[in-house]
Amino acid sequence: MAQKIETERLNAYFGAVHAVKDVDLGIPENKITAIIGPSGCGKSTLIRCFNRMHEVVHGARVTGKVMLDGKNIYDADMDPVLVRTKVGMVFQKPNPFPTMSIYDNVAAGLRLNGVKDWNRLDKTVEKSLKLAALWDEVKHQLDASGVSISGGQQQRLCIARALAVEPEALLLDEPCSALDPIATAKIEDLLFDLKNSYTIVIVTHNMQQAARIADYTAFMYMGELIEFGVTKTIFEAPDKELTEKYITGRFG
Amino acid sequence: MSLEIRTFRRRKLVNLLASAAALSCVVVALIPLASILVEVAVKGYGALSWGFISNPIIPGGGIGNAILGTLQLVFYASLVGLPVGILTGIYVSEFGDNVFGRTIRFFNDVLANFPSIVIGLLAYSLFITYFGFSILLGAIALAIIMIPVVANTTEEALRMVPNSLREASLALGVPRWKTVLKIMISNGKAGMVTGALLAIARITGETAPILVTARYSYYWALSPSDPTASLPVAIWFNALDQSVTAQQEAWGAALILIILVLSLNIVVRLLTRRNRFSNSYQMVKKSWLRKSKQSA
Repeated sequence: MAQKIETERLNAYFGAVHAVKDVDLGIPENKITAIIGPSGCGKSTLIRCFNRMHEVVHGARVTGKVMLDGKNIYDADMDPVLVRTKVGMVFQKPNPFPTMSIYDNVAAGLRLNGVKDWNRLDKTVEKSLKLAALWDEVKHQLDASGVSISGGQQQRLCIARALAVEPEALLLDEPCSALDPIATAKIEDLLFDLKNSYTIVIVTHNMQQAARIADYTAFMYMGELIEFGVTKTIFEAPDKELTEKYITGRFG
Repeated sequence: MSLEIRTFRRRKLVNLLASAAALSCVVVALIPLASILVEVAVKGYGALSWGFISNPIIPGGGIGNAILGTLQLVFYASLVGLPVGILTGIYVSEFGDNVFGRTIRFFNDVLANFPSIVIGLLAYSLFITYFGFSILLGAIALAIIMIPVVANTTEEALRMVPNSLREASLALGVPRWKTVLKIMISNGKAGMVTGALLAIARITGETAPILVTARYSYYWALSPSDPTASLPVAIWFNALDQSVTAQQEAWGAALILIILVLSLNIVVRLLTRRNRFSNSYQMVKKSWLRKSKQSA
């Protein structure tokens, strides 16, 4: 099993707060890995270390290694901008650019990186919206504002926008927490289809969601990685007592 | 049941009283504004004529050179003040999370509340030997007044842009400077325009710093190195004169000053309101629609 992303003694801080503690974790390639755990356990911070978005926050620091295809993304000669084109991210709240149309939102990553070839942009926009299972719903309103569609559609637009720059891995930070069950189901279906070509890491509060879609699940508590394994094992026969307590809802 | 109805009525009454109080406060706040506009319009209207706005102050008593002087002063001041102010605001908001940035912000706040006459005298003492009493010297003083105002409002406007948009752009692998240029500014544009307008409106009405820099002149300023009359200073000189014509001309100049500022506001608002969301990509979109029609 190939590891797409591998962390070695990864620590993340916000000023004096130690949010992620000594995490060693391997994210398998072309699988869905879910990260679960109670609020504030560091799971969002952990995935933000995977594309160097953690350091965007003032006072944030990282120590340790994050290997992407065997190369440490925190090496001095690695450009965070390049890392982010390889590892895309979708956020908790849908955040399409309100000053752009649907088309422009999807094209944004390429356009802002200097792509001017309209043919290529057109193809990428169509392909990305189809991958995000949004094409049929918006193909006649590509010039409408990116925030004129429903919340679920906006989140799929954000997925399309992330896919348009052709990343190798996709990080999703509680992408469904602001969505209703129908919109959530659509996103889960789409992630299922995407995993053939992308490595997907999803942070979720929803344990059923992790059980439904994830091949592997990591359980975090108080900044530490407690347990990682095949989803079925984590949910049915966890090694650690803490994991079992959380899974069965006895705390959290 | 009866208790519930009683508290319900009480609540409605309180609600009504609070609304009435708020409304009356609005009226009180609007009275001075409306009365100034009406007073200036009524008293100044009589002075307006083609000759009044096209002739210089002497001979014949127009204010043409004061109008042109104000326009020139504002133009040259904005030429320097707007870009410097906007760039300062962008720096402080987007890259100023350090000691240098905080220092700039502190001095901006101080400078923004400086008495404008002091800034006029500063420009005078520093640059009089280079420029003499002139439009340029006046524009320097006005630009210094303008910069902190523009910088503060730009910073404020950029801070209002949700952080989630900044993160969305960075996460797409867009470099920081491009994120600022294409995402932050396009989302904070409305606030930045408001700030620029406020600053222009403020310097258009400045009197004291002009008195010690661009001074006053009865004639057309032929070049930016000439002294010039300006509307606020023309109002001041005319208002000091007790004669009926001078008084009337002061009101007329005030009316024109207000019209200038108001119309600039309206024009800029109309220009920036038209495109609520991006049409810079219209071309791409159109090409796309054209092609999809052809293939259909």
